[in-house]
Amino acid sequence: MNGPMLFLPLIPLLPFAGFLLNGLFGSRLPKALVTVIALLAPLGSLAIVAHAAYLLWSGAIAFPVIEHGAPTWISVGSLHIDFGFVLDQLSLTMLCIITGVGFLIHIYSAGYMAHEKGYWRYFAYLNLFLFFMIVLVLAGNALLMFVGWEGVGLASYLLIGFWFQKTSAADAGKKAFVVNRIGDFGFLIGMFLLLANFGTLTFSEIAAKIAENPGWTGGVLTCIAICLFIGAAGKSAQIPLYVWLPDAMEGPTPVSALIHAATMVTAGVYMIARSHAIFDRSPVALSVVAIIGAATALFAATMGLVQTDIKRVLAYSTISQLGYMFLGCGVMAYSAGVFHLMTHAFFKALLFLAAGSVIHGIGGEQDLRKMGGLRKKLPVTFWTMTAGVFAIAGAPFLSAFYSKDAILYAAFQQGTLGKVLSAVGLFTALLTSFYMFRLWYLAFFGKQRAPELHPHESPWSMLGPLVILALLSIGGGWIGMEKFGAWLAPVVGSRAVEASGGIPEWAFSVIAVSMGLIGWLIAHVMYKPGSKAIENINAKPTGFASILEHKYYVDEIYNTLIVKPLLMISRFLLEWVVEFAIIGGIVWLLGGIALLSGAILQKWQSGNLRSYAAWLAAGAAALLLFALLPYYLSAHGIDIKWAGWK
Amino acid sequence: MNQISLSVVPLSWYLLLSATLFSLGIVGFLVRRNLITIFMSIELMLNGVNLSFVTFAHQWHLVKGQIFVFFVMVVAAAEAAVGLAIIIAIFRARATLAVDRIDLMKL
Repeated sequence: MNGPMLFLPLIPLLPFAGFLLNGLFGSRLPKALVTVIALLAPLGSLAIVAHAAYLLWSGAIAFPVIEHGAPTWISVGSLHIDFGFVLDQLSLTMLCIITGVGFLIHIYSAGYMAHEKGYWRYFAYLNLFLFFMIVLVLAGNALLMFVGWEGVGLASYLLIGFWFQKTSAADAGKKAFVVNRIGDFGFLIGMFLLLANFGTLTFSEIAAKIAENPGWTGGVLTCIAICLFIGAAGKSAQIPLYVWLPDAMEGPTPVSALIHAATMVTAGVYMIARSHAIFDRSPVALSVVAIIGAATALFAATMGLVQTDIKRVLAYSTISQLGYMFLGCGVMAYSAGVFHLMTHAFFKALLFLAAGSVIHGIGGEQDLRKMGGLRKKLPVTFWTMTAGVFAIAGAPFLSAFYSKDAILYAAFQQGTLGKVLSAVGLFTALLTSFYMFRLWYLAFFGKQRAPELHPHESPWSMLGPLVILALLSIGGGWIGMEKFGAWLAPVVGSRAVEASGGIPEWAFSVIAVSMGLIGWLIAHVMYKPGSKAIENINAKPTGFASILEHKYYVDEIYNTLIVKPLLMISRFLLEWVVEFAIIGGIVWLLGGIALLSGAILQKWQSGNLRSYAAWLAAGAAALLLFALLPYYLSAHGIDIKWAGWK
Repeated sequence: MNQISLSVVPLSWYLLLSATLFSLGIVGFLVRRNLITIFMSIELMLNGVNLSFVTFAHQWHLVKGQIFVFFVMVVAAAEAAVGLAIIIAIFRARATLAVDRIDLMKL
């Protein structure tokens, strides 16, 4: 390689080494060493990423850096796939998030999981996750990306089911894996279509081939784009495949923060941004992405309104925020989508970790109805959480204020559909603000509703990451959409921002902020200390709230329409076709042959001495014949030899 | 002198007699029911074989065949002793010598 060394393969391989060390020997190593290995791995990756960023800043390298001479993976005919990594503005941004936030969450985990029996196992999985996530982001072709894609799914499965003794956790892991498989199916079909139409899976070559044919729109590109989007919807929990994410909250809270908020679930957004050349040429697919994104944002936000589990509120919030990102991608504002991905990684990781700190502080209780009055007991957690709540609600000059507005404003400029979707997005912002402030009031204000809990503040290994993430949540958006868009423009293209909507951006921001304020006001009226809703906190929700509490009965509908018929078919296939017909059939056939031949041969064994004697005589006669026949025949001029007769 | 007498009676006659004796033995062995008769049929077969041994030994001027006859006779004597003992034991146990009745080996 020319120029300065980047050590790209080391970025994923360091966490992988950590995984191997801790996974193979972790049970025998002292806990301190496990921690050191687990923390050094992402720190090393972070250092290499920072080194690359420094080289770029100092002008020593120019993006994109495409690794040449990477080891070949598949070489069949004209198809050539290697383990090539590509470092460009997009993957560097993602890497900073993954290794940076990932490292903070590793530190946090060291405190949060300190008393767990499977401490080493947890960190082995966490490092494995980082390895696959970095492979996913650095991959220069779709197949290598798919390796990371499946790998993060595996790590997610392992970590959701970390407390596998709990049936609900094991089930949630399985559910996540199976639902993701449905999305992966779409991704695979998309890759096959790419291969059939482009003959390559390398992103840069695909983009180049599309650029060569300016008139090529729709048609098969729509097909490919929709298939890829199905994959993205599975991984990023969009309608109709979002159902796994709320259940994924069965995993440890830092896992929810890292995998199910900051990094893995944003892989779908990253994938669409990475293959934006295809989406750009298919207006239909873009509309689908935008509509699904906006619908998911609204739908998930409404479900978040009534959840009583602190982590589930955040889970629905994550789905909703991912919907925003897809809305951004759907209106070709990829850089806005990635911008929101980044700020979301900061504030949602913060919110999850703060929620984890709350849960840790009150001994594992997750029910918002039992919290209350924690503001004085957990001051650091309270203040960092407050930063996160204000950030996600879109308070001015905090991170989401910039990124969410960028997406909604971009949508607003996209004709009638875009205006409708951005209105949906604005309304969702109101709901977002409402459920976040509801959580804030319920958890931290008023008096403690469950006297049996003894809240205590978390150790500094947990609070440190909280503080850093709080600062990032506040300042993460200050770079501004324009600069960020310009930074990503070489990768995802830039859209000329023309004020076609009739209102300038600042006015739009005022509307967005006022939406957030209205949400806060409603939450304040309803859930301020001493209000009626708090007194009746344990009452059963009625009417629409009841439907919301049951999450629109979507799980039940899926259960009846898909899971049960599928199970019935599987059971039928297993019990009757495979078990009975194939396995049972073969066994019975073999047994039957033995029985039948036994029954026939049994007749031979009559017990009658004379019949034995007769068989003996017949055998002797046969042997005699066998021995004499050739001589007899050759005497008559017919020459035959028994086989093998010397 | 022996040469002369053999030249009077041709080789095939001896062999025919031997085969007849052997076949009679087989038929008796297969069709008779009485254990003692069967036993005697076996002796008949052995003697048929002995006769052909002696015949060939004389024909080819080899002493091996005659030695073999002695072996057969010794084995036959031993067999007679053991076989008769078994037959007596069977008769004492089952009060019959009909082989069709002695079918304990049947499944």
